[in-house]
Amino acid sequence: MALTGLEIYKLLPQTNCKDCNYPTCLAFAMKLAAKQADLADCPHVSEEAKTKLAEASAPPIRLLELKGSEGEFQVGNETVLFRHEKTFFNRCGVFLRLQDSLSADELKEKVAEADAYHVDYVGIDLYLDGFAIEAASGDPKTFGAAVAAVAEKTKRPLILLAATPDLAKAGIEALDETRPLLYAADADNWEAMAQVAKEAGLPLTVRAETLDELADLTGKIKEAGVEDLALDPSLSGYLDSLHKLTSLRRLALKENFRPLGYPVITFPGSTESVDAAILAAEQIAKYGGLIVLDEFDPSTLYALLVLRENIYTNPQKPIQVQPGLYEINDPDENSPLMVTTNFSITYFSVANEVEGTGRPAWLLVADAEGMSVLTAWAAGKFDAERIAKDVKTFNVADKVPHHKIIIPGHVAVISGELEEELPDWEIMVGPREAVDIASYLKSMWTT
Amino acid sequence: MAVEIPKEKWTAQVRKVTIGATSEEGGTRAKTLTVGGESALPFLHYEGSFPNKPALAVEIRDRKPDDWSPLLLDALGETAEDPAKWAQAAEAMGADLIYLVLSAATADGNPNTPENVRAVVRKVLDATGLPIAVVGPGQAEIDNELIVPAAEEADGERVLLGVCEEKNYRTIVAAALAHNHLVQSKTPMDVNLSKQLVILINDMGLPLERIMMDPTTGALGYGIEYGYSVMERLRLAALTGDKMTQQPMIVDPGAEAWKVKESKVGEGVPEAWGDWNRRALNWETLTATTLIHSGANIVILRHPENVARVRKVIDDLSSATT
Ligand code: SF4
Repeated sequence: MALTGLEIYKLLPQTNCKDCNYPTCLAFAMKLAAKQADLADCPHVSEEAKTKLAEASAPPIRLLELKGSEGEFQVGNETVLFRHEKTFFNRCGVFLRLQDSLSADELKEKVAEADAYHVDYVGIDLYLDGFAIEAASGDPKTFGAAVAAVAEKTKRPLILLAATPDLAKAGIEALDETRPLLYAADADNWEAMAQVAKEAGLPLTVRAETLDELADLTGKIKEAGVEDLALDPSLSGYLDSLHKLTSLRRLALKENFRPLGYPVITFPGSTESVDAAILAAEQIAKYGGLIVLDEFDPSTLYALLVLRENIYTNPQKPIQVQPGLYEINDPDENSPLMVTTNFSITYFSVANEVEGTGRPAWLLVADAEGMSVLTAWAAGKFDAERIAKDVKTFNVADKVPHHKIIIPGHVAVISGELEEELPDWEIMVGPREAVDIASYLKSMWTT
Repeated sequence: MAVEIPKEKWTAQVRKVTIGATSEEGGTRAKTLTVGGESALPFLHYEGSFPNKPALAVEIRDRKPDDWSPLLLDALGETAEDPAKWAQAAEAMGADLIYLVLSAATADGNPNTPENVRAVVRKVLDATGLPIAVVGPGQAEIDNELIVPAAEEADGERVLLGVCEEKNYRTIVAAALAHNHLVQSKTPMDVNLSKQLVILINDMGLPLERIMMDPTTGALGYGIEYGYSVMERLRLAALTGDKMTQQPMIVDPGAEAWKVKESKVGEGVPEAWGDWNRRALNWETLTATTLIHSGANIVILRHPENVARVRKVIDDLSSATT
């Protein structure tokens, strides 16, 4: 939690020497609290004060960075409990777990398939963030070979699920120039695991059954010199996950409780009797950090990645659709032309309804600054002028020689003006709601 | 180190609403459904009480729908041919509420009639002991024409009638008042609009205990984040004492998820979308469970498998001990 101006003032020299270009230390402190000044501008501040201020201004959930031989991944730094308060910033990771009990060939095949997975969602490229390799064999040599095999087929970040220092070292040695996450230090092995992490300069996961034990361990490990941590609070199902992850997020944000201010790693497939897809979805919405799946199933992965995109969308900046002329179901010169705005929900509901009819159609998406039809019309962003302009910008007349344009029923009032703006066009008034498009087209468009 | 778990102190709770009436209460239902009453954010048992679990409504139609995904129609099979059988099947799936949606037109393309509606409502009431909801096809004039006879036929059964929208709520509310029913108040993903319509309906004399609030949602990938956040905001407002946001919430992930391409279409879609059936099932389930986490008190579902799937999640989340 950030310090107030007065709290910062107490840490300053209080000499009002003006070297910072502010009249008083207090004025400078106020600017610092508002994040409009930089502490470095005061040449007289003590080292002790610097450390205190740095600690206080550190994010409540520490950022964790992983690197593959090419890809990078960041998680943490979240600042709110609810996305509408600001936004969720760093998308939680979706990783795939593989065991070293598979042969090198099997591993390579699985990794190559999952690594090549890409899916397009409203123009956004979605894919897996990386892989977690588990030392199920318990044998350092086998594990090292498995890690090497995986690294041969993916450049994405890795997580090394290796519970002993020897296994972890074998995994680390099989990689170069990357920054995997080590997993995991617990009450029994933490000293040795912290040592390995420290020597390799790698982030380390800390695992315990209770939050009390977890906080104890992170404190000790931090003292041992490892600061980049992830937490595994040993979750056992939907409710345990919701309770522990909510508590962790609240502790970090509301109490500024440093010992638990780290991203959380979860394994939704590990709890028997739990539907891994549903638990993963819960953890996407409710405070998961790195989600490690056990199955590569596109029908689940696609849904989860889309959900993550939705939850992490900035609510202040809704996804807009690129204005332009969209083709639905392969339209030709006889297909109807409809116009709507570029607010994503508006666009999707219209496009979806039209698509659902199975009829080919043109959809002109006007640049209404991302507002819905009624809002945009009320704000003057979706009027006759705008529509006429976009008809010209996107050369609509060339595509639809029939020169008929269907406007949303909600803006029926602009049809007169639009006739003036587009003199050789016929203006048709469509339904108010997207859901009625099918019946409208059925009765009004007979080609 | 003893970590103290932070708890929020909420000052208010969600209103309780009961759908359906048993014979003692003037109806014929074998059981009723009560939702709401919680005094904290969803499933945080350690900081509030949760007298009622979120409930599952299963959508049925007065006739076999023309435009449903073949996956759904296959799963439903013959039951989709007959509303009485469909209602019984829904009860067997584990529904808490039968959500009957009336069609604008009959199978032969003629407009639906009050007589037909009465017959269907009667059939469904006779076929199941569960409480029911009856909603129109979503076109103002037709809705009014069909809901009034439905309300008359089900007099005293405390049916959830819908759908009340800002531009069309008076006739439905009047029918609810006249025949002892409840209403579904639906507004397009906006906190203030939700409140306003509840106020307007309440102003007509319908007690708040008879209003379910439907803030509207989008499916996964189609605007779920707007619905999700509006629901979180409504629930936070409710728990901090904003009276007109305290209605329990009903949302329709079934209808939303089953109208999108991901569930409707099996061919000519990207390979990366994966197996059609599993994807479609995930679409409805994940839309539903995500909304349950943002405060939904009733979710409406369509696919039999998903009713069981979501039920298990709700049961797990509602068990007070971990
Ligand atoms: S430079 Fe430092 S000591 Fe001088 S006035 Fe500014 S804050 Fe105070």
